Amino acid sequence: MDNLTVTSSPHFRSNNSTSKIMLYVILALLPTTVVGCVYFGINAVLVVLTGVVFAVLSEYIYEKIMKQPITVGDLSAAVTGLLLALNLPSTTPLWMVALASAISIIVVKQLFGGIGCNFANPALVGRIVITLCFTSETSKFIEPFVNANVDATAGATLLNSIAANEKLPELWRVFLGLHAGCIGEVCSLALIVGGVFLVVTRVINPAIPLSYILTTYLFTTALGYDGLYGILSGGLLLGAIFMATDYVTSPLTVKGKIIFGIGCGVITTVIRIFGSNAEGVSYAIVFMNVLTPLIDNLTAKKSPFAKPNKKEAKAK
Amino acid sequence: MALHLKTVNVRHHKLTAEKETVIMPYSCNLVIPMLQHIGRPCVPTVKVGDSVLKGQIIGEATEFMSAPIHASTSGKVVSVRDMLCPSGVYTPHIEIAPDKEDKSIEPLSFKIDSLSDLVDATRQLGMVGLGGAGFPTSIKLNPKNIDEVDTLIVNATECEPFITSDYREMLENAEDIKEGIELLKKLMNIKNAYIGIEDNKPKAIEIMKKLSGDIFEVKTLKSRYPQGAEKVIIYHLTGRKVLEGQLPADVGVVVINVTSLGSLVRGLKTGLPLTHKRVTVSGDCVKEPQNVYAPIGTPIDKIIEFCGGVVNEPEKLIMGGPMMGVTMCHGSMPIIKNTNAVLLLSKKLADTPEPTACIRCSKCVSACPFNLMPTVFEHAYHDGDLEALEKHKVMLCMECGCCSFVCPAKRPLVQTNRLAKAALREKK
Repeated sequence: MDNLTVTSSPHFRSNNSTSKIMLYVILALLPTTVVGCVYFGINAVLVVLTGVVFAVLSEYIYEKIMKQPITVGDLSAAVTGLLLALNLPSTTPLWMVALASAISIIVVKQLFGGIGCNFANPALVGRIVITLCFTSETSKFIEPFVNANVDATAGATLLNSIAANEKLPELWRVFLGLHAGCIGEVCSLALIVGGVFLVVTRVINPAIPLSYILTTYLFTTALGYDGLYGILSGGLLLGAIFMATDYVTSPLTVKGKIIFGIGCGVITTVIRIFGSNAEGVSYAIVFMNVLTPLIDNLTAKKSPFAKPNKKEAKAK
Repeated sequence: MALHLKTVNVRHHKLTAEKETVIMPYSCNLVIPMLQHIGRPCVPTVKVGDSVLKGQIIGEATEFMSAPIHASTSGKVVSVRDMLCPSGVYTPHIEIAPDKEDKSIEPLSFKIDSLSDLVDATRQLGMVGLGGAGFPTSIKLNPKNIDEVDTLIVNATECEPFITSDYREMLENAEDIKEGIELLKKLMNIKNAYIGIEDNKPKAIEIMKKLSGDIFEVKTLKSRYPQGAEKVIIYHLTGRKVLEGQLPADVGVVVINVTSLGSLVRGLKTGLPLTHKRVTVSGDCVKEPQNVYAPIGTPIDKIIEFCGGVVNEPEKLIMGGPMMGVTMCHGSMPIIKNTNAVLLLSKKLADTPEPTACIRCSKCVSACPFNLMPTVFEHAYHDGDLEALEKHKVMLCMECGCCSFVCPAKRPLVQTNRLAKAALREKK
């Protein structure tokens, strides 16, 4: 009994950890990653690898230069890189993927103070930056199982088709992801499997995905379009399950999360239907990210054991 | 509002549950602190060289919020000096060298006809809350609004891992508990009496159910932490909310720990004050974990020695449970009235990992039984924003530890809450 440690209670801790959470997110993303790589071939594999490797490398090099503790072990950079890659078409030039990874990690995450301090989702901002800078190179969507190098004609994504009032593929094809789109967004089935896994393992609270998806469905239907296609197309599931649920940039309370999800759904639908851009998920989530502190303030929990304030006391 | 408050699931490690309490003999000098309760310390009434008898008052309770302290055995006073007591303040300690005769004082005789008789006797016996808080029992039994009190809750949840001293009380002294409930019901004119037991103690539930008759009702509670926290058990058993600044009596409830009640009844019967305490000595670094009935003032290391000594490499010595207990830096601290456990845990069980950055996962927010927002407190405290701390009610925090327990970034949230509360108190 010589070297006793003295600490503040509690002395028991759960076995949860940041890296375990991130690992679960990666596991949940595996189905859609594998499907994307099978559908879109070697190019997709390269985009995913580039995204992950450059994200981790950016974090490592930045922290090394800034003489900060190296945090790549918490796997959050890997998650950012993976999400970024899954949000790009397989035809994206690899150097652009690398650039987007570096922007995500260095500009959006590290410059704001590293993990836990960024105000917007790093992967989404990285994606938005390169799609704005290199619009044509990052929007060559191809159909699954098409050799991009031989047959480079870009396919129309579902959103393009909906916007142009073209004939849509059957729903089951959409559900399995047999249509043009970003690597990780096409296969709804794989995304839902990942989402269920995250909810069951309690990594995410289902409030955001459910409110986001439901709002999009209802709003799209109300505006006279097919709501089901609305939620199964254009990265909505990927965004709702994996991007909007990013802890750092979403509200703390369940009430706040629901408001956040509804906001995302409304903005996504408005951009899709009234905007000139076919896709709205990224912008909607980043916009709501910025509103998160405000939502947190408005939805702060009230303890049932707090003294009722004068107004409430009167109501009683 | 939800019918149940948020709780967490902890691993229980109740290693000593089926082991009968062992009486520890007097083997060493006893060091008895003058502060063994919430409130004001006692004033020593003996000096070096005095002979004392078991049960003799050695610390007088001169103020209201206090309880007298008695010698745990007969012997000679060898020193009276200021030392750090387990609750973290400097207070006089009286060291007694036992004469091995263990001679008691003439038993006190009580005639309990009214509540004020009971309150007097309780005070004379030196009774305090033995579940851990150490609130003077005589004050607890004498609320100002006694007419409004209609419910008695006997707290036998024992939600902290490892500890089994209350469980053994029910198995070994069930009759005392029953008598105690009867007595309090009669004298305090209380309608409902419940005993709340967690469902991981089926034997105790069975025993108490057999005795209950129409005197009290056994309420089985889910084994979740912190089921035994006063506000939590009151809410779960009666649906009443003890608000900020209120006492349980304000909502018509008196809560008493099961061992406190049993000890009180034994004290009334024998006329001997509180001199011993059942302590769960457990953990993966104690050779023979068991429940020890030890004289108050016995140093922890002697108790651990009595339990076969130390095995493995201990990382933490904890007085109390792993969720709310206090770590000790050495084993010479004595056990006091409200010590319910002495735990010696290895790094494997009681590691405190380096904290990493908060990722705003909101797990602390959804784990807090009182719906507080620990991560918001943490940011506000580090920003020096006392206003926000006050607005978000950090003072309500009972330091149960659920937030730190669930935090994946291993942030010391409870510790920050304690600092924040201290900062607010200082401001006032």
